[in-house]
Amino acid sequence: MGTELGKYKACVSARSTNKEILKRSQDGGIVTQLFAYALEEGIIDGAIVAGPGDEPYRPRPFIATTVDELMSARGTRYNISPNVSWIKEATRSYGLDKVGIVGTPCQMQAVRKGQLYPFGWRDVDDKIALAIGIFCMENFPYQSIKQLVEDHAGVSMQSVKKMDIGKGKFWVYTERGATVQLPLKVTHKYEQPGCHVCLDYVANLADVSTGSVGSPDGWSTVFVRTKNGDDIWGKAIAAGCFETKPIDQVKPGLELVSKLANEKINKNQKTVEGRATFGVDKALRNPYIKP
Amino acid sequence: MATADVEKKAEITKKEEKPVAEKITVGHVHMSGCTGCLVSLADNYDGLLTILDKYADLVYGLTLADVRHIPKMDVALVEGSVCIQDKISVEEIRETREKAAVVVAVGGCACYGNITRFSRGGQPNQPQHESFLPVGDLIKVDVYIPGCAPCPQLIRNVCVMAYLLLKGNQEQQELAKKYLTPLMQLADRGTEACGCDLMIDVVNQGLCMGCGSCAAACPVRAITHEYGKPNVNREMCIKCGACYAQCPRSFFNFDVITEFEGISELINGALQ
Repeated sequence: MGTELGKYKACVSARSTNKEILKRSQDGGIVTQLFAYALEEGIIDGAIVAGPGDEPYRPRPFIATTVDELMSARGTRYNISPNVSWIKEATRSYGLDKVGIVGTPCQMQAVRKGQLYPFGWRDVDDKIALAIGIFCMENFPYQSIKQLVEDHAGVSMQSVKKMDIGKGKFWVYTERGATVQLPLKVTHKYEQPGCHVCLDYVANLADVSTGSVGSPDGWSTVFVRTKNGDDIWGKAIAAGCFETKPIDQVKPGLELVSKLANEKINKNQKTVEGRATFGVDKALRNPYIKP
Repeated sequence: MATADVEKKAEITKKEEKPVAEKITVGHVHMSGCTGCLVSLADNYDGLLTILDKYADLVYGLTLADVRHIPKMDVALVEGSVCIQDKISVEEIRETREKAAVVVAVGGCACYGNITRFSRGGQPNQPQHESFLPVGDLIKVDVYIPGCAPCPQLIRNVCVMAYLLLKGNQEQQELAKKYLTPLMQLADRGTEACGCDLMIDVVNQGLCMGCGSCAAACPVRAITHEYGKPNVNREMCIKCGACYAQCPRSFFNFDVITEFEGISELINGALQ
């Protein structure tokens, strides 16, 4: 295992000790629990999360300043929520001095670029108090998810209780208890194209990153990455927010995380390279070389 | 008693004049801009004072340094676009290129024309002043800091990195070079910017992943997201270039950004 998992100080399998959080969380309720703790302790004044939007399972970025608001955003929605679009507004209209933000690996990249190169993010760089990253293989436009759920799975969006990607399948659970599964092969063509040049699976640039892969059902794998993340995670553990298990004592463990990370990175690295010869003596732009 | 006072005063003066470290020389060259970029530099507050104490001498700057003509300097921070009907502006920007080792275009006007792109003249008391060009259309520009106003923190970072590039040890010079590279590449990329860049160079190129950075960077709130992709209200766009530069899919230099923790500490440490 090498650079595919990024730098980290610790890696554990964990879940929230709060039953209310776990009722509607995607896996171990890590993001909701850590933000709730940080909010109550004044480590953050609010958090930018993907909350419920105008249509079922269409996320809308919003700024949660209470635990109740955080609770409304539990669970994964598997389509695009431009959380970073609120990063300056959080410090302005909302007047937050300590901002929490959750996002995909690319959104964590955006946050860190914005801290080092703040072109239009005035006075934001030192106000990002907790950036939580979520593992991500790829994302979908809302219309893609709708197509998968309504057309392929034959379930109306209103009746979906939970969506999940795991064990090589896309799962749709309905409020009435039915379960529909689609092979991931079906979902690939609906993926957001911009995801195919992404070289990060486990949110290498977050303070703390988390995802289901590597841990048993109902638990999440957690990487603690920065000094700041280490500090907050340590306090949350001391406060009894999480149950944890050493990652080398759970199945399927870190090896699976590593395998999937390498798969994503290698596949997308090829896509990036392929862009150089996409046309006849004409290349597509490579953001990793120059603007 | 009086003599003692004078002596004491002389001593204090002498102490202040003692050369601190080897500083770089920086000038602020004011073309047709609103002074917002200069205010942004000043908005670093005590950070600016630390920069002036430790790293840079301000050798030129309208209202800030009592110097009439553009002197020789290491870094020229140029604000504003150049009115080509104004002889003095044209002379001064040419002179800036001759006298400065590094020319930095600070802000949307200097980089891309920004709102001065919409000028057709006709304003008292110089109605014939109608054509405003980004600095890069008249001279070679080395580094771009787009945005309206450019963020104080980015101007600060560039100042610290410019110092490290010119006066640092080898390791620091390498870091500074890596940090400044994309800003130099932006300068090479051209003198036109618009919210359309998000469409042309990001979405059309299959690179957008809907993070929202552009909307957060836009100073006039011209960008919203529809189903996860940017939607630019082009009537509102002032052509400052912040959105495209901010986009993690315009440039993303892993060798620098991955080191965000260390570099942030370095910059904060430098300003203590």
